[in-house]
Amino acid sequence: MIADLKGKAVLVTGASTGIGAAAAAAFGANGARVAIHYNRSRAQAEEVAGRVRAAGGEAVLVSGDLASTAACGDIVERTVQAFGRIDVLVNNAGAMVQRRPLAEIDDELFDQVVHLNVRSVVMTTGAAAVHMRRQGGGNVINVTSIAARHGGGPGALLYAGSKGFVSTLTRGMAKELVRDKIRVNAVAPGVIATPFHDRFSTPEMLESFRTTIPMNRIGDADECAGAFLFLASDALSSYITGQIIEVNGGQYMP
Amino acid sequence: MFSLSGKVALVTGASRGLGWAMAQSLAKAGARVVLAGRDETALRSRAGELGEAGTWVAFDVTDHAAAARAVAQIGEREGRLDILVNNAGIQHRRPLREFETADFQRVLDTNLTSVWVLAREASRLMIPQRAGRIIMTGSITGFVARPTISAYIASKGAVHALTRELAIELAPHRITVNAIAPGFFATEMNSALIDNAEFNGWVCSRTPAGRWGTLEEIGPAAVFLASDEASYVNGHVLTVDGGFTASM
Repeated sequence: MIADLKGKAVLVTGASTGIGAAAAAAFGANGARVAIHYNRSRAQAEEVAGRVRAAGGEAVLVSGDLASTAACGDIVERTVQAFGRIDVLVNNAGAMVQRRPLAEIDDELFDQVVHLNVRSVVMTTGAAAVHMRRQGGGNVINVTSIAARHGGGPGALLYAGSKGFVSTLTRGMAKELVRDKIRVNAVAPGVIATPFHDRFSTPEMLESFRTTIPMNRIGDADECAGAFLFLASDALSSYITGQIIEVNGGQYMP
Repeated sequence: MFSLSGKVALVTGASRGLGWAMAQSLAKAGARVVLAGRDETALRSRAGELGEAGTWVAFDVTDHAAAARAVAQIGEREGRLDILVNNAGIQHRRPLREFETADFQRVLDTNLTSVWVLAREASRLMIPQRAGRIIMTGSITGFVARPTISAYIASKGAVHALTRELAIELAPHRITVNAIAPGFFATEMNSALIDNAEFNGWVCSRTPAGRWGTLEEIGPAAVFLASDEASYVNGHVLTVDGGFTASM
């Protein structure tokens, strides 16, 4: 148990599956109060809430399509209504939407990817920072990607670009919010077995990714969770801000 | 979470500063810690502070035969080596035109060659175990420069590169290799800088956190990298710098 996470109010966006679900469950296992955000997957979000409660944490569900700025503010307010505060925000919600080459990218796809992966991080953090400032501090953890460094896999231009944006935002927000005792860091997963890859990558693509990973295997969502706990704990990482922890089995070492 | 119960760790440069801070955190997380350094009296006293969890071995990291013997001895006495914290390092400040070649080589021998030798010796124990964690003490000066510390900067940049190479080479043996890049920490090695009002003012204004790091703030990073929770973190340089390198 990480003592200082007990009772902390944590909002994890995109927490119904994959890395977000693993992070939410890990916070629950450390006695945190977790707001589990989902967009469409209510049944899976309920299941994550069950895991949090079974582990001794508290859980509430908050839903909304984070492509809309109103929803970003709304899920923060509902977290604060439920727990009276917000100590940790994990900006995990994001998507590839579709793999497409440059020639086939249109305004609609661009807006979908950038609004969800980038604008939601800005707007949700902006809403949460108001409360964190008043509380005297907080922690923001963004989820970027190995793609931010290496440009992305096939057809992932916009996704990779949006994650590069998130990595840069992480550094800029860290500088701006440090005076309010808010630390801002990020976790950059490599190839992790999640519904993201079930949806956007073929088994052949995953096999070709695997051969480029020194550890010779695809990562597991639970193997990312420790990095979130470490960054969220002031007892463990009080002098770390503006940093990105890469969890990629050595696939890319910037 | 982050438990190192049952693990054996070797920490070099462990009698003071960042090494001692990391040793304390590893012990607190449940590891048995072998403290390494040159000063027997200091090591004995530090090991005493760790109680049951602490033991020590005295050697100079630049004496490669002694380093090999020390690692082999840990294998014999403890039966295993799970974690190597390759931390011992020295600093030498001199403008380039006055920097003696012998001093440059002394810094490189201590900060780089000894790190490579200890990683090699540790790997000989870790490979048959099919498990191990090697953690280097790098530096933010591996990313950004300051004048008059040319040897130190070259050594730390090389440690970051070596971290990546070893991570790849040892990955098939289920050994991870990562580094911690501290920013400005209030250590004994930096005491002259802390006492220098101008330098102290520069660090505090230049670091977004507005202060030097404290010793309690480094150890948990080593515990994280040594823990099961970091099983897919490999070849990473974890920067602990109060936002220094995120800022211009």
